[in-house]
Amino acid sequence: MITRADFAAIASWIPEGARVLDLGCGDGSLLAYLSQTRGVSGYGIENDEVSIIQCIENGVNVIQVNLESGMAEIADQSFDIVILSQTLQAMKRTEAVVAEMLRVGREAIVTFPNFGYWKHRTQIALGGRMPVSEDLPYQWYDTPNVHLFTIADFEAFCTARNYRVLNRSVFTNGVEQRFLPNLLGTLALYRFAASA
Amino acid sequence: MIATPQLAHFASPLPSLQLASGAVLQQYDLAYETYGTLNADKSNAVLICHALNASHHVAGVYEGRADSEGWWDSMIGPGKSVDTNQFFVIGVNNLGSCFGSTGPLSINPETGKPYGADFPLVTVEDWVDSQARLLDFLGIKTLAAVMGGSLGGMQALSWSIRYPERVRHAVVIAAAPNLSAQNIAFNEVARQAIMTDPDFHDGNYARINALPKNGLAVARMIGHITYISDDQMETKFGRGFREGKKFSFAPEFQIESYLRYQGEKFSQYYDANTYLRVTKALDYFDPAADCGGDLAKALSPAAAKFLIISFTTDWRFSPARSREMVRALLDDKKNVTYVEVDAPHGHDAFLLNNAQYHAVVKTYFAKQIAPVNITSQEAAA
Repeated sequence: MITRADFAAIASWIPEGARVLDLGCGDGSLLAYLSQTRGVSGYGIENDEVSIIQCIENGVNVIQVNLESGMAEIADQSFDIVILSQTLQAMKRTEAVVAEMLRVGREAIVTFPNFGYWKHRTQIALGGRMPVSEDLPYQWYDTPNVHLFTIADFEAFCTARNYRVLNRSVFTNGVEQRFLPNLLGTLALYRFAASA
Repeated sequence: MIATPQLAHFASPLPSLQLASGAVLQQYDLAYETYGTLNADKSNAVLICHALNASHHVAGVYEGRADSEGWWDSMIGPGKSVDTNQFFVIGVNNLGSCFGSTGPLSINPETGKPYGADFPLVTVEDWVDSQARLLDFLGIKTLAAVMGGSLGGMQALSWSIRYPERVRHAVVIAAAPNLSAQNIAFNEVARQAIMTDPDFHDGNYARINALPKNGLAVARMIGHITYISDDQMETKFGRGFREGKKFSFAPEFQIESYLRYQGEKFSQYYDANTYLRVTKALDYFDPAADCGGDLAKALSPAAAKFLIISFTTDWRFSPARSREMVRALLDDKKNVTYVEVDAPHGHDAFLLNNAQYHAVVKTYFAKQIAPVNITSQEAAA
Protein backbone atom coordinates (compact mmCIF):
# COMPACT_ATOMS: atom_id res chain seq x y z
CA MET A 1 0.00 0.00 0.00
CA ILE A 2 1.41 3.38 -0.94
CA THR A 3 1.54 5.79 1.98
CA ARG A 4 2.38 9.44 2.46
CA ALA A 5 5.88 8.39 3.56
CA ASP A 6 6.42 6.84 0.12
CA PHE A 7 5.04 9.96 -1.55
CA ALA A 8 7.53 12.03 0.44
CA ALA A 9 10.42 9.77 -0.59
CA ILE A 10 9.44 10.10 -4.26
CA ALA A 11 9.02 13.87 -3.90
CA SER A 12 12.50 14.18 -2.35
CA TRP A 13 13.98 12.74 -5.56
CA ILE A 14 12.16 15.16 -7.86
CA PRO A 15 13.58 18.60 -8.62
CA GLU A 16 11.33 21.61 -8.17
CA GLY A 17 9.22 22.29 -11.25
CA ALA A 18 10.19 19.06 -13.02
CA ARG A 19 8.17 17.67 -15.91
CA VAL A 20 6.71 14.41 -14.65
CA LEU A 21 4.82 11.58 -16.29
CA ASP A 22 3.03 9.16 -13.94
CA LEU A 23 2.24 5.85 -15.62
CA GLY A 24 -0.78 4.04 -14.22
CA CYS A 25 -1.50 7.12 -12.14
CA GLY A 26 -4.69 5.78 -10.54
CA ASP A 27 -6.74 8.60 -9.05
CA GLY A 28 -3.90 11.08 -9.66
CA SER A 29 -3.18 11.61 -5.95
CA LEU A 30 0.62 11.21 -6.33
CA LEU A 31 0.66 13.77 -9.15
CA ALA A 32 -1.55 16.12 -7.16
CA TYR A 33 0.85 15.70 -4.20
CA LEU A 34 3.91 16.35 -6.38
CA SER A 35 2.36 19.42 -7.93
CA GLN A 36 1.56 20.80 -4.45
CA THR A 37 4.91 19.95 -2.86
CA ARG A 38 7.34 20.23 -5.79
CA GLY A 39 5.45 22.40 -8.25
CA VAL A 40 5.83 19.77 -10.97
CA SER A 41 3.96 20.01 -14.24
CA GLY A 42 2.76 16.58 -14.99
CA TYR A 43 0.50 14.18 -16.75
CA GLY A 44 -0.96 10.90 -15.63
CA ILE A 45 -1.38 7.95 -17.94
CA GLU A 46 -4.35 5.77 -17.08
CA ASN A 47 -6.69 3.39 -18.85
CA ASP A 48 -9.28 2.73 -16.15
CA GLU A 49 -12.55 4.63 -16.61
CA VAL A 50 -13.19 5.22 -12.90
CA SER A 51 -9.60 6.34 -12.23
CA ILE A 52 -9.80 8.79 -15.15
CA ILE A 53 -12.85 10.48 -13.65
CA GLN A 54 -11.03 10.65 -10.28
CA CYS A 55 -8.01 12.29 -11.95
CA ILE A 56 -10.29 14.92 -13.49
CA GLU A 57 -11.82 15.47 -10.04
CA ASN A 58 -8.32 15.90 -8.60
CA GLY A 59 -7.43 18.46 -11.25
CA VAL A 60 -4.73 16.26 -12.76
CA ASN A 61 -3.95 16.14 -16.49
CA VAL A 62 -4.76 12.57 -17.48
CA ILE A 63 -4.17 10.91 -20.83
CA GLN A 64 -6.02 7.69 -21.59
CA VAL A 65 -3.54 5.22 -22.99
CA ASN A 66 -3.13 1.47 -22.67
CA LEU A 67 0.43 1.26 -21.35
CA GLU A 68 0.98 -2.17 -22.82
CA SER A 69 0.47 -0.83 -26.34
CA GLY A 70 3.11 1.86 -25.98
CA MET A 71 3.10 5.63 -25.75
CA ALA A 72 3.46 6.78 -29.34
CA GLU A 73 1.86 10.11 -28.34
CA ILE A 74 4.86 11.00 -26.25
CA ALA A 75 8.08 12.24 -27.79
CA ASP A 76 11.54 10.91 -26.87
CA GLN A 77 13.14 12.39 -23.75
CA SER A 78 10.26 14.84 -23.30
CA PHE A 79 9.96 14.31 -19.52
CA ASP A 80 12.42 14.77 -16.68
CA ILE A 81 11.02 11.87 -14.72
CA VAL A 82 8.67 9.00 -15.52
CA ILE A 83 7.05 7.27 -12.55
CA LEU A 84 5.58 3.79 -12.48
CA SER A 85 4.12 3.29 -9.03
CA GLN A 86 2.97 -0.18 -7.95
CA THR A 87 2.31 -1.21 -11.53
CA LEU A 88 5.47 -2.87 -12.88
CA GLN A 89 4.49 -6.22 -11.36
CA ALA A 90 1.18 -6.08 -13.26
CA MET A 91 2.71 -5.41 -16.69
CA LYS A 92 2.82 -8.23 -19.21
CA ARG A 93 5.70 -6.69 -21.14
CA THR A 94 7.89 -5.58 -18.25
CA GLU A 95 11.07 -5.02 -20.22
CA ALA A 96 9.33 -3.06 -22.98
CA VAL A 97 7.54 -0.83 -20.47
CA VAL A 98 10.78 0.03 -18.66
CA ALA A 99 12.51 0.71 -21.99
CA GLU A 100 9.60 2.97 -22.98
CA MET A 101 9.92 4.84 -19.66
CA LEU A 102 13.55 5.60 -20.40
CA ARG A 103 12.72 6.56 -23.99
CA VAL A 104 10.24 9.29 -23.00
CA GLY A 105 11.99 10.31 -19.74
CA ARG A 106 15.54 11.10 -18.71
CA GLU A 107 15.03 9.27 -15.40
CA ALA A 108 12.58 6.68 -14.13
CA ILE A 109 11.11 5.96 -10.71
CA VAL A 110 9.48 2.60 -10.02
CA THR A 111 7.90 1.34 -6.85
CA PHE A 112 6.94 -2.29 -6.33
CA PRO A 113 5.96 -4.75 -3.59
CA ASN A 114 9.00 -6.79 -2.54
CA PHE A 115 8.28 -10.47 -3.08
CA GLY A 116 11.42 -11.23 -1.03
CA TYR A 117 9.85 -9.94 2.23
CA TRP A 118 10.34 -12.62 4.92
CA LYS A 119 6.64 -13.18 5.50
CA HIS A 120 6.20 -13.91 1.79
CA ARG A 121 9.16 -16.27 1.97
CA THR A 122 7.75 -18.16 4.96
CA GLN A 123 4.28 -18.41 3.47
CA ILE A 124 5.69 -20.11 0.40
CA ALA A 125 8.53 -22.06 2.12
CA LEU A 126 6.65 -23.32 5.18
CA GLY A 127 2.97 -22.91 4.27
CA GLY A 128 3.53 -24.05 0.70
CA ARG A 129 1.08 -21.43 -0.51
CA MET A 130 1.49 -18.31 -2.63
CA PRO A 131 1.84 -15.32 -0.29
CA VAL A 132 -1.11 -13.08 0.52
CA SER A 133 -0.33 -9.92 2.48
CA GLU A 134 -1.24 -6.28 2.82
CA ASP A 135 1.10 -5.46 -0.07
CA LEU A 136 0.10 -8.49 -2.14
CA PRO A 137 -3.57 -8.77 -1.21
CA TYR A 138 -4.63 -11.06 -4.06
CA GLN A 139 -5.11 -14.81 -4.37
CA TRP A 140 -3.10 -16.46 -7.14
CA TYR A 141 -6.20 -16.82 -9.30
CA ASP A 142 -7.41 -13.22 -9.17
CA THR A 143 -4.17 -11.27 -8.98
CA PRO A 144 -3.35 -8.59 -11.52
CA ASN A 145 0.32 -9.16 -10.60
CA VAL A 146 1.78 -11.29 -13.36
CA HIS A 147 5.48 -10.62 -12.67
CA LEU A 148 6.36 -10.86 -9.01
CA PHE A 149 9.98 -10.07 -8.19
CA THR A 150 12.29 -9.16 -5.32
CA ILE A 151 14.61 -6.25 -4.63
CA ALA A 152 17.56 -8.48 -5.57
CA ASP A 153 15.81 -9.43 -8.83
CA PHE A 154 15.28 -5.80 -9.75
CA GLU A 155 18.89 -4.88 -9.03
CA ALA A 156 20.06 -7.78 -11.21
CA PHE A 157 17.70 -6.56 -13.96
CA CYS A 158 19.19 -3.05 -13.77
CA THR A 159 22.73 -4.41 -13.85
CA ALA A 160 21.98 -6.62 -16.86
CA ARG A 161 20.60 -3.65 -18.79
CA ASN A 162 23.23 -1.17 -17.66
CA TYR A 163 20.67 0.99 -15.88
CA ARG A 164 22.25 3.28 -13.30
CA VAL A 165 20.46 3.14 -9.95
CA LEU A 166 20.41 6.72 -8.64
CA ASN A 167 18.39 6.24 -5.44
CA ARG A 168 16.80 3.41 -3.53
CA SER A 169 14.39 3.50 -0.59
CA VAL A 170 12.78 0.50 1.03
CA PHE A 171 9.81 0.67 3.37
CA THR A 172 8.20 -1.76 5.76
CA ASN A 173 4.58 -0.78 6.26
CA GLY A 174 5.32 2.90 5.73
CA VAL A 175 8.54 3.04 7.78
CA GLU A 176 11.89 3.28 6.04
CA GLN A 177 13.86 0.00 6.24
CA ARG A 178 17.64 0.21 6.00
CA PHE A 179 18.53 -3.18 7.51
CA LEU A 180 18.36 -6.28 5.27
CA PRO A 181 15.91 -4.59 2.91
CA ASN A 182 15.27 -7.60 0.66
CA LEU A 183 14.30 -9.66 3.72
CA LEU A 184 12.59 -7.04 5.85
CA GLY A 185 11.21 -4.53 3.32
CA THR A 186 7.69 -4.66 1.90
CA LEU A 187 7.87 -1.86 -0.66
CA ALA A 188 10.82 -0.77 -2.79
CA LEU A 189 11.32 2.56 -4.56
CA TYR A 190 14.03 3.07 -7.18
CA ARG A 191 15.18 6.03 -9.20
CA PHE A 192 17.30 4.99 -12.19
CA ALA A 193 18.48 6.09 -15.62
CA ALA A 194 19.88 4.54 -18.76
CA SER A 195 23.66 4.20 -18.84
CA ALA A 196 25.31 7.49 -19.72
CA MET B 1 -35.88 24.94 -20.22
CA ILE B 2 -37.43 27.35 -22.76
CA ALA B 3 -35.10 28.60 -25.48
CA THR B 4 -35.52 31.91 -27.32
CA PRO B 5 -33.62 32.54 -30.54
CA GLN B 6 -32.10 36.00 -30.93
CA LEU B 7 -30.48 37.87 -33.76
CA ALA B 8 -27.39 40.08 -33.60
CA HIS B 9 -27.03 42.46 -36.54
CA PHE B 10 -23.53 43.54 -37.53
CA ALA B 11 -23.30 46.55 -39.84
CA SER B 12 -21.63 49.93 -40.11
CA PRO B 13 -20.27 51.53 -37.93
CA LEU B 14 -19.08 48.07 -36.82
CA PRO B 15 -16.18 46.98 -39.01
CA SER B 16 -16.98 44.72 -41.97
CA LEU B 17 -15.92 41.10 -41.82
CA GLN B 18 -12.90 40.21 -43.90
CA LEU B 19 -13.09 36.54 -44.90
CA ALA B 20 -10.19 34.20 -45.58
CA SER B 21 -11.18 34.07 -49.26
CA GLY B 22 -10.64 37.82 -49.57
CA ALA B 23 -14.37 38.52 -49.76
CA VAL B 24 -15.80 41.09 -47.37
CA LEU B 25 -19.20 40.98 -45.67
CA GLN B 26 -20.30 44.58 -45.05
CA GLN B 27 -23.24 43.45 -42.96
CA TYR B 28 -24.46 40.17 -41.57
CA ASP B 29 -26.67 38.66 -38.89
CA LEU B 30 -25.78 35.97 -36.41
CA ALA B 31 -28.58 33.93 -34.83
CA TYR B 32 -27.87 32.77 -31.31
CA GLU B 33 -29.45 31.46 -28.14
CA THR B 34 -28.29 31.69 -24.54
CA TYR B 35 -29.10 29.54 -21.53
CA GLY B 36 -28.38 30.28 -17.88
CA THR B 37 -27.25 33.61 -16.47
CA LEU B 38 -24.10 35.55 -17.14
CA ASN B 39 -22.44 36.19 -13.77
CA ALA B 40 -21.40 39.62 -12.53
CA ASP B 41 -17.83 39.49 -13.81
CA LYS B 42 -18.87 37.69 -17.01
CA SER B 43 -16.55 34.79 -16.36
CA ASN B 44 -18.94 31.83 -16.72
CA ALA B 45 -19.64 31.95 -20.47
CA VAL B 46 -19.40 28.76 -22.50
CA LEU B 47 -19.59 28.93 -26.29
CA ILE B 48 -20.94 25.88 -28.10
CA CYS B 49 -19.83 25.51 -31.72
CA HIS B 50 -21.99 23.41 -33.99
CA ALA B 51 -21.09 20.73 -36.48
CA LEU B 52 -22.18 20.28 -40.09
CA ASN B 53 -25.95 20.45 -39.98
CA ALA B 54 -26.79 21.88 -36.57
CA SER B 55 -27.64 25.38 -35.40
CA HIS B 56 -27.75 27.85 -32.53
CA HIS B 57 -30.59 25.81 -31.00
CA VAL B 58 -28.35 23.78 -28.73
CA ALA B 59 -30.55 23.08 -25.73
CA GLY B 60 -34.04 23.48 -24.35
CA VAL B 61 -37.29 23.62 -26.31
CA TYR B 62 -39.22 26.43 -27.92
CA GLU B 63 -42.33 27.70 -26.15
CA GLY B 64 -45.25 25.36 -26.71
CA ARG B 65 -43.24 22.92 -28.83
CA ALA B 66 -42.24 19.96 -26.68
CA ASP B 67 -40.64 18.17 -29.65
CA SER B 68 -38.23 21.01 -30.43
CA GLU B 69 -35.31 19.88 -28.26
CA GLY B 70 -31.95 21.46 -29.01
CA TRP B 71 -29.38 19.24 -30.74
CA TRP B 72 -27.19 18.87 -27.62
CA ASP B 73 -29.99 18.95 -25.05
CA SER B 74 -28.72 15.68 -23.51
CA MET B 75 -25.46 17.45 -22.60
CA ILE B 76 -26.51 21.00 -21.78
CA GLY B 77 -29.18 22.27 -19.40
CA PRO B 78 -30.01 22.74 -15.72
CA GLY B 79 -28.18 20.04 -13.71
CA LYS B 80 -26.76 18.43 -16.86
CA SER B 81 -23.10 17.80 -17.73
CA VAL B 82 -22.73 21.40 -18.85
CA ASP B 83 -24.87 22.84 -16.09
CA THR B 84 -26.76 25.99 -17.07
CA ASN B 85 -27.35 26.67 -13.37
CA GLN B 86 -23.62 27.41 -13.23
CA PHE B 87 -22.68 28.42 -16.73
CA PHE B 88 -23.97 30.92 -19.26
CA VAL B 89 -24.10 28.87 -22.43
CA ILE B 90 -24.16 30.43 -25.88
CA GLY B 91 -25.21 28.64 -29.05
CA VAL B 92 -24.50 30.40 -32.33
CA ASN B 93 -25.47 29.63 -35.91
CA ASN B 94 -22.47 29.89 -38.20
CA LEU B 95 -22.22 32.31 -41.11
CA GLY B 96 -23.27 30.70 -44.38
CA SER B 97 -25.75 28.45 -42.61
CA CYS B 98 -29.48 28.39 -43.20
CA PHE B 99 -31.04 28.69 -39.75
CA GLY B 100 -31.05 32.44 -39.20
CA SER B 101 -27.49 33.67 -39.64
CA THR B 102 -26.65 35.29 -42.95
CA GLY B 103 -26.11 32.68 -45.62
CA PRO B 104 -26.77 31.81 -49.26
CA LEU B 105 -30.56 31.92 -48.76
CA SER B 106 -30.41 35.44 -47.29
CA ILE B 107 -31.18 38.47 -49.42
CA ASN B 108 -28.06 40.18 -50.73
CA PRO B 109 -28.62 43.87 -49.87
CA GLU B 110 -26.75 44.88 -53.01
CA THR B 111 -29.04 43.01 -55.42
CA GLY B 112 -32.25 42.49 -53.47
CA LYS B 113 -32.09 38.79 -54.41
CA PRO B 114 -30.91 35.71 -52.49
CA TYR B 115 -27.11 35.49 -52.47
CA GLY B 116 -27.18 31.95 -53.86
CA ALA B 117 -23.93 31.22 -55.66
CA ASP B 118 -22.64 34.72 -54.78
CA PHE B 119 -22.37 33.93 -51.09
CA PRO B 120 -18.64 33.68 -50.38
CA LEU B 121 -16.92 30.54 -49.19
CA VAL B 122 -16.35 30.65 -45.44
CA THR B 123 -13.72 28.93 -43.34
CA VAL B 124 -13.55 27.66 -39.77
CA GLU B 125 -11.39 30.71 -39.02
CA ASP B 126 -14.05 33.03 -40.46
CA TRP B 127 -16.63 31.43 -38.18
CA VAL B 128 -14.39 31.83 -35.16
CA ASP B 129 -13.76 35.49 -36.02
CA SER B 130 -17.48 36.16 -36.37
CA GLN B 131 -18.19 34.32 -33.10
CA ALA B 132 -15.60 36.55 -31.41
CA ARG B 133 -17.61 39.55 -32.63
CA LEU B 134 -20.74 38.04 -31.13
CA LEU B 135 -18.90 37.83 -27.79
CA ASP B 136 -17.93 41.50 -28.16
CA PHE B 137 -21.59 42.26 -28.85
CA LEU B 138 -22.56 40.38 -25.65
CA GLY B 139 -19.81 42.15 -23.69
CA ILE B 140 -17.92 38.93 -22.93
CA LYS B 141 -14.12 39.11 -23.00
CA THR B 142 -13.16 35.64 -21.90
CA LEU B 143 -14.84 32.26 -22.31
CA ALA B 144 -14.76 29.82 -19.41
CA ALA B 145 -14.86 27.24 -22.20
CA VAL B 146 -15.40 26.80 -25.88
CA MET B 147 -16.76 23.39 -26.76
CA GLY B 148 -17.75 21.48 -29.85
CA GLY B 149 -17.99 18.06 -31.46
CA SER B 150 -16.73 17.14 -34.93
CA LEU B 151 -16.58 20.34 -37.01
CA GLY B 152 -17.56 22.14 -33.78
CA GLY B 153 -14.44 20.71 -32.14
CA MET B 154 -12.36 22.16 -34.95
CA GLN B 155 -13.79 25.58 -34.17
CA ALA B 156 -12.92 25.10 -30.48
CA LEU B 157 -9.36 24.20 -31.51
CA SER B 158 -9.18 27.23 -33.80
CA TRP B 159 -10.48 29.47 -31.00
CA SER B 160 -7.61 28.39 -28.76
CA ILE B 161 -5.11 29.39 -31.46
CA ARG B 162 -6.73 32.60 -32.77
CA TYR B 163 -7.88 34.07 -29.46
CA PRO B 164 -5.64 32.48 -26.81
CA GLU B 165 -6.35 35.23 -24.27
CA ARG B 166 -10.10 34.72 -24.59
CA VAL B 167 -10.31 30.96 -23.94
CA ARG B 168 -9.67 29.30 -20.58
CA HIS B 169 -10.70 25.78 -21.61
CA ALA B 170 -11.12 24.18 -25.03
CA VAL B 171 -13.25 21.03 -25.16
CA VAL B 172 -12.60 19.27 -28.46
CA ILE B 173 -14.77 16.20 -29.08
CA ALA B 174 -14.68 13.68 -31.95
CA ALA B 175 -12.64 16.08 -34.05
CA ALA B 176 -9.46 16.03 -36.13
CA PRO B 177 -6.67 18.53 -36.78
CA ASN B 178 -7.51 18.34 -40.49
CA LEU B 179 -9.37 16.11 -42.93
CA SER B 180 -7.77 13.03 -44.47
CA ALA B 181 -7.89 12.46 -48.22
CA GLN B 182 -10.68 9.93 -47.54
CA ASN B 183 -12.69 12.53 -45.60
CA ILE B 184 -12.29 15.03 -48.45
CA ALA B 185 -13.26 12.34 -50.95
CA PHE B 186 -16.57 11.69 -49.19
CA ASN B 187 -17.24 15.45 -49.13
CA GLU B 188 -16.50 15.78 -52.82
CA VAL B 189 -18.93 12.98 -53.71
CA ALA B 190 -21.57 14.77 -51.64
CA ARG B 191 -20.88 18.07 -53.40
CA GLN B 192 -21.03 16.43 -56.82
CA ALA B 193 -24.40 14.92 -55.94
CA ILE B 194 -25.68 18.45 -55.27
CA MET B 195 -23.98 20.26 -58.15
CA THR B 196 -25.06 17.72 -60.78
CA ASP B 197 -28.71 17.89 -59.71
CA PRO B 198 -30.55 19.54 -62.65
CA ASP B 199 -32.34 21.78 -60.16
CA PHE B 200 -29.05 23.23 -58.88
CA HIS B 201 -28.88 25.98 -61.55
CA ASP B 202 -25.28 26.86 -60.69
CA GLY B 203 -26.30 27.59 -57.15
CA ASN B 204 -28.96 30.17 -58.01
CA TYR B 205 -31.95 27.85 -57.59
CA ALA B 206 -33.59 30.03 -54.92
CA ARG B 207 -34.03 32.92 -57.37
CA ILE B 208 -36.26 30.74 -59.56
CA ASN B 209 -37.91 28.78 -56.77
CA ALA B 210 -36.13 25.57 -57.65
CA LEU B 211 -34.56 23.15 -55.13
CA PRO B 212 -31.83 20.55 -55.78
CA LYS B 213 -33.53 18.25 -53.31
CA ASN B 214 -32.40 14.96 -54.76
CA GLY B 215 -28.76 15.95 -54.83
CA LEU B 216 -28.93 17.20 -51.28
CA ALA B 217 -30.61 14.01 -50.11
CA VAL B 218 -27.89 11.87 -51.71
CA ALA B 219 -25.24 14.10 -50.10
CA ARG B 220 -26.82 13.48 -46.71
CA MET B 221 -27.01 9.72 -47.33
CA ILE B 222 -23.27 9.66 -48.01
CA GLY B 223 -22.58 11.67 -44.87
CA HIS B 224 -24.75 9.38 -42.77
CA ILE B 225 -22.76 6.31 -43.76
CA THR B 226 -19.63 7.92 -42.29
CA TYR B 227 -21.34 8.85 -39.02
CA ILE B 228 -22.14 5.27 -38.02
CA SER B 229 -19.72 2.44 -37.27
CA ASP B 230 -19.83 -0.73 -39.36
CA ASP B 231 -20.81 -2.75 -36.27
CA GLN B 232 -23.57 -0.34 -35.33
CA MET B 233 -25.01 -0.46 -38.85
CA GLU B 234 -24.89 -4.24 -38.71
CA THR B 235 -26.61 -4.30 -35.30
CA LYS B 236 -29.26 -1.77 -36.26
CA PHE B 237 -30.08 -2.93 -39.79
CA GLY B 238 -27.99 -5.93 -40.77
CA ARG B 239 -29.28 -7.45 -43.99
CA GLY B 240 -32.85 -6.96 -42.86
CA PHE B 241 -35.57 -6.42 -45.46
CA ARG B 242 -38.62 -4.30 -44.96
CA GLU B 243 -40.96 -6.69 -46.76
CA GLY B 244 -38.64 -9.13 -48.51
CA LYS B 245 -37.15 -9.29 -51.97
CA LYS B 246 -39.22 -7.73 -54.74
CA PHE B 247 -36.68 -7.66 -57.57
CA SER B 248 -36.98 -3.90 -57.84
CA PHE B 249 -34.92 -0.82 -57.05
CA ALA B 250 -37.37 0.44 -54.49
CA PRO B 251 -35.83 0.65 -51.00
CA GLU B 252 -35.99 -3.00 -49.95
CA PHE B 253 -33.23 -3.37 -47.36
CA GLN B 254 -33.81 -1.59 -44.08
CA ILE B 255 -30.54 0.31 -44.45
CA GLU B 256 -31.69 1.64 -47.85
CA SER B 257 -34.95 2.76 -46.41
CA TYR B 258 -33.20 4.38 -43.44
CA LEU B 259 -30.76 6.31 -45.62
CA ARG B 260 -33.49 7.45 -48.01
CA TYR B 261 -35.59 8.62 -45.09
CA GLN B 262 -32.66 10.54 -43.58
CA GLY B 263 -31.78 12.09 -46.94
CA GLU B 264 -35.38 13.08 -47.70
CA LYS B 265 -35.89 14.58 -44.23
CA PHE B 266 -32.63 16.54 -44.46
CA SER B 267 -33.35 17.90 -47.92
CA GLN B 268 -36.54 19.49 -46.61
CA TYR B 269 -34.85 21.69 -44.04
CA TYR B 270 -31.25 22.20 -45.18
CA ASP B 271 -29.84 24.39 -47.91
CA ALA B 272 -27.71 22.89 -50.67
CA ASN B 273 -25.43 25.94 -50.98
CA THR B 274 -24.82 25.78 -47.24
CA TYR B 275 -23.92 22.10 -47.52
CA LEU B 276 -21.38 22.90 -50.23
CA ARG B 277 -19.80 25.63 -48.15
CA VAL B 278 -19.74 23.75 -44.86
CA THR B 279 -18.06 20.70 -46.43
CA LYS B 280 -15.54 23.01 -48.06
CA ALA B 281 -14.81 24.68 -44.71
CA LEU B 282 -14.14 21.19 -43.33
CA ASP B 283 -11.82 20.36 -46.23
CA TYR B 284 -9.84 23.58 -45.86
CA PHE B 285 -9.39 23.35 -42.08
CA ASP B 286 -5.73 22.67 -41.39
CA PRO B 287 -4.17 24.95 -38.77
CA ALA B 288 -0.82 23.17 -39.07
CA ALA B 289 -0.56 24.05 -42.79
CA ASP B 290 0.57 27.60 -41.99
CA CYS B 291 3.34 26.15 -39.82
CA GLY B 292 4.84 23.76 -42.33
CA GLY B 293 2.58 20.95 -41.17
CA ASP B 294 3.79 21.26 -37.58
CA LEU B 295 0.66 21.04 -35.41
CA ALA B 296 2.61 21.67 -32.19
CA LYS B 297 3.88 24.92 -33.67
CA ALA B 298 0.36 25.86 -34.77
CA LEU B 299 -0.98 25.22 -31.27
CA SER B 300 1.90 26.93 -29.47
CA PRO B 301 0.05 30.27 -28.98
CA ALA B 302 -2.80 28.51 -27.12
CA ALA B 303 -3.18 29.32 -23.43
CA ALA B 304 -6.26 27.21 -22.77
CA LYS B 305 -6.43 23.93 -20.92
CA PHE B 306 -7.66 21.21 -23.25
CA LEU B 307 -10.09 18.35 -22.85
CA ILE B 308 -9.89 16.10 -25.90
CA ILE B 309 -12.39 13.25 -26.29
CA SER B 310 -12.60 10.60 -28.99
CA PHE B 311 -14.72 7.50 -29.50
CA THR B 312 -13.23 4.07 -30.14
CA THR B 313 -15.48 3.19 -33.11
CA ASP B 314 -15.42 6.61 -34.81
CA TRP B 315 -13.87 5.99 -38.22
CA ARG B 316 -14.69 9.41 -39.65
CA PHE B 317 -12.45 11.18 -37.10
CA SER B 318 -10.76 8.24 -35.43
CA PRO B 319 -9.05 8.29 -32.01
CA ALA B 320 -5.72 8.39 -33.89
CA ARG B 321 -6.66 11.88 -35.14
CA SER B 322 -7.39 13.05 -31.59
CA ARG B 323 -4.10 11.55 -30.44
CA GLU B 324 -2.31 13.74 -33.00
CA MET B 325 -3.72 16.78 -31.21
CA VAL B 326 -2.78 15.32 -27.81
CA ARG B 327 0.76 14.68 -28.96
CA ALA B 328 1.10 18.24 -30.28
CA LEU B 329 -0.23 19.63 -26.98
CA LEU B 330 2.18 17.44 -24.99
CA ASP B 331 5.05 18.66 -27.19
CA ASP B 332 3.92 22.20 -26.35
CA LYS B 333 3.71 21.39 -22.63
CA LYS B 334 0.07 22.47 -22.57
CA ASN B 335 -2.42 21.23 -20.03
CA VAL B 336 -4.40 18.45 -21.66
CA THR B 337 -6.69 15.66 -20.60
CA TYR B 338 -7.50 13.00 -23.18
CA VAL B 339 -10.23 10.40 -22.95
CA GLU B 340 -10.94 7.67 -25.48
CA VAL B 341 -14.52 6.65 -24.82
CA ASP B 342 -15.44 3.04 -25.51
CA ALA B 343 -18.66 3.49 -27.50
CA PRO B 344 -20.12 1.34 -30.29
CA HIS B 345 -21.88 4.09 -32.24
CA GLY B 346 -19.12 5.60 -34.38
CA HIS B 347 -18.85 9.34 -35.00
CA ASP B 348 -22.45 9.96 -33.91
CA ALA B 349 -21.47 8.95 -30.36
CA PHE B 350 -20.63 12.55 -29.57
CA LEU B 351 -24.34 13.43 -29.76
CA LEU B 352 -25.52 10.41 -27.77
CA ASN B 353 -25.79 9.50 -24.12
CA ASN B 354 -22.81 7.49 -22.99
CA ALA B 355 -22.27 7.26 -19.23
CA GLN B 356 -18.46 7.57 -19.30
CA TYR B 357 -18.51 10.40 -21.87
CA HIS B 358 -21.03 12.43 -19.92
CA ALA B 359 -19.27 11.72 -16.60
CA VAL B 360 -16.00 13.02 -18.06
CA VAL B 361 -17.60 16.24 -19.33
CA LYS B 362 -19.64 16.75 -16.15
CA THR B 363 -16.63 16.22 -13.86
CA TYR B 364 -14.40 18.41 -15.98
CA PHE B 365 -16.88 21.29 -16.01
CA ALA B 366 -17.71 20.93 -12.30
CA LYS B 367 -14.17 20.41 -10.96
CA GLN B 368 -11.83 22.10 -13.40
CA ILE B 369 -13.80 24.91 -15.01
CA ALA B 370 -16.39 25.95 -12.43
CA PRO B 371 -14.16 26.55 -9.35
CA VAL B 372 -12.31 29.35 -11.13
CA ASN B 373 -15.59 31.09 -11.78
CA ILE B 374 -16.75 30.77 -8.22
CA THR B 375 -13.47 32.31 -7.05
CA SER B 376 -13.70 35.20 -9.46
CA GLN B 377 -17.38 35.70 -8.59
CA GLU B 378 -16.44 35.94 -4.94
CA ALA B 379 -13.62 38.30 -5.78
CA ALA B 380 -16.08 40.52 -7.65
CA ALA B 381 -18.60 40.48 -4.79
